[in-house]
Amino acid sequence: MSILVIAEHDNAVLKAATLNTVTAATQIGGDITVLVAGHGCGAVAQAAAQIVGVKLVLVADAPHYAHQLAENVAALVVTLAGGYSHILAPATATGKNTLPRVAALLDVAQLSDVIKVESPDTFVRPIYAGNVLATIQSSDKIKVMTVRGTAFPAAATTGGSASVETVPAVADAGLSSFVGQQLTKSDRPELTAARIIVSGGRGMGDGANFKLLEDVADKLGAAVGASRAAVDAGYVPNDYQVGQTGKVVAPELYVAVGISGAIQHLAGMKDSKVIVAINKDEEAPIFQVADYGLVADLFVAVPELSKELDRLKAAG
Amino acid sequence: MKILVAVKRVVDYNVKVRAKADGTGVETANVKMSMNPFDEIAVEEAVRLQEAGKAKEIVAVSLGVAACQDTIRTALAMGADRGVLVETDAELQPLAVAKLLKAVADQEKPDLIILGKQAIDDDANQTGQMLAALLGWAQGTFASKLEFVADALNVTREVDGGLETVALKLPAVITADLRLNEPRFVKLPNIMKAKKKPLAVLKPTDLGVDVTPRLVTLKVQEPPKRQAGVKVDSVTTLVDKLHNEAHVI
Ligand SMILES: Cc1cc2nc3c(=O)[nH]c(=O)nc-3n(C[C@H](O)[C@H](O)[C@H](O)COP(=O)(O)OP(=O)(O)OC[C@H]3O[C@@H](n4cnc5c(N)ncnc54)[C@H](O)[C@@H]3O)c2cc1C
Repeated sequence: MSILVIAEHDNAVLKAATLNTVTAATQIGGDITVLVAGHGCGAVAQAAAQIVGVKLVLVADAPHYAHQLAENVAALVVTLAGGYSHILAPATATGKNTLPRVAALLDVAQLSDVIKVESPDTFVRPIYAGNVLATIQSSDKIKVMTVRGTAFPAAATTGGSASVETVPAVADAGLSSFVGQQLTKSDRPELTAARIIVSGGRGMGDGANFKLLEDVADKLGAAVGASRAAVDAGYVPNDYQVGQTGKVVAPELYVAVGISGAIQHLAGMKDSKVIVAINKDEEAPIFQVADYGLVADLFVAVPELSKELDRLKAAG
Repeated sequence: MKILVAVKRVVDYNVKVRAKADGTGVETANVKMSMNPFDEIAVEEAVRLQEAGKAKEIVAVSLGVAACQDTIRTALAMGADRGVLVETDAELQPLAVAKLLKAVADQEKPDLIILGKQAIDDDANQTGQMLAALLGWAQGTFASKLEFVADALNVTREVDGGLETVALKLPAVITADLRLNEPRFVKLPNIMKAKKKPLAVLKPTDLGVDVTPRLVTLKVQEPPKRQAGVKVDSVTTLVDKLHNEAHVI
């Protein structure tokens, strides 16, 4: 068996989600090749070559790969696909955009959000917002799947020694082009990689009130997340959304503040190690999954939490 | 411009879905079914484009059992002009759905196809991308804004780091994210009107598409339940527990 893993990166840095996907590939078993398609992405290829378990890194460097346009990256992957039994990508916005296109061009099915490898042809994935887990067997010649990062540990980033080869780019399909981006700037950790997450919901009442959460987050070295309701209301940008249709996270500590705990939200955070809920409604469903629940007005409790964290720090 | 929208009949998003005791599937008997919420957003966007004078005709397509006619009628009540149902009792997986939609698109020749970004039952998030691939068209997935500029369509997409805008050549496939719009409530007179709108019924064989599943579901089961923990009486106790008991801060 031989497995192609499509690297997630921004031309400068290899994204952590790639490492979880490599681990899934290792569990399937076989030689692992990582494809780095991008522009000016040499440093990413070098980083990929260091990942433990990777045998070969393929680099396709061309301007029309700079922004991971699905039309172009899928066309490239299809030219390389022939020799592989499995093609994997992280279940990120980029992977979800590109991989089904690859699968359709290869006339094979795709499995989304794989959380467990049972055997080289059998996998587990969540359906119905994670209320149910399905064990699925694929009869396709090439098994194409996206991998949920939180379900697999990260492969080690040093110690590997893969060789790096250049592969020719496929001509620009000319179907789409990159216009611009509005990326959220933050010094806090990325949601999907954070050890601690503090999330706010509709109960925050206003975007400005997220300052309260940011204050606590900064004391904990945490990322800030949100429910859909908070994003829809414009309190915070879309990339804060945790849930069935937002990001799936599994930090060591998830603090849900003013979030009711709808199944669509739980789908994105219920695998967190420790869950804390702060909500003024003691009937809120979030308390059914919380390890520690505090029934309180968040506008009182969160500033108090901030002070308690200062005290904890002072006590060393 | 002609727009095709795809609509799926799914278990309503308020239903807490349970696995059947024998692990062969999920309990769907006597469960409320609705249009996939993302598809409502897709239909709404098409209707708004028509109201803005950009689209002439909207065709709503659904695939599956006869009851999918209800889902199409909902789309017609929202403002779509006519419906097409590709009727089958067979299990349809995303690749088969994409092939059927391609066959319908080959007949209808739309300029734009709008779908929801994912269906809330299988959570696959594949059909739009697969359809774009099979048609050889551009794809604008996870769209939160559409804007026509000259002969291109600018699509703002929700991505992991924020927002991204791509320009697509038409014809193109769009998949709707949550914030593309807020779907309207259907009014009673429109439900009555929708009953008179044309709805054609085809079979997969009419379209020459093999819908045989490629994936076999061996079993479904519910994940281990998370135990509810304790309620704490104060922030001080909370911090103490997190520090001394859970050791996470
Ligand atoms: C197709 C679809 C996809 C979806 N995807 C997602 C998703 O990915 N992520 C997601 O989060 N949701 C998603 N949702 C939405 C989901 O169903 C809920 O509507 C949403 O999660 C609710 O957000 P919330 O808990 O912030 O708001 P609410 O449900 O309104 O809860 C607010 C909570 O704040 C509490 N509160 C208010 N004021 C205070 C105060 N002063 N102090 C303490 N507590 C207070 C209230 O008691 C309440 O429990 C989706 C829905 C659909 C239909």
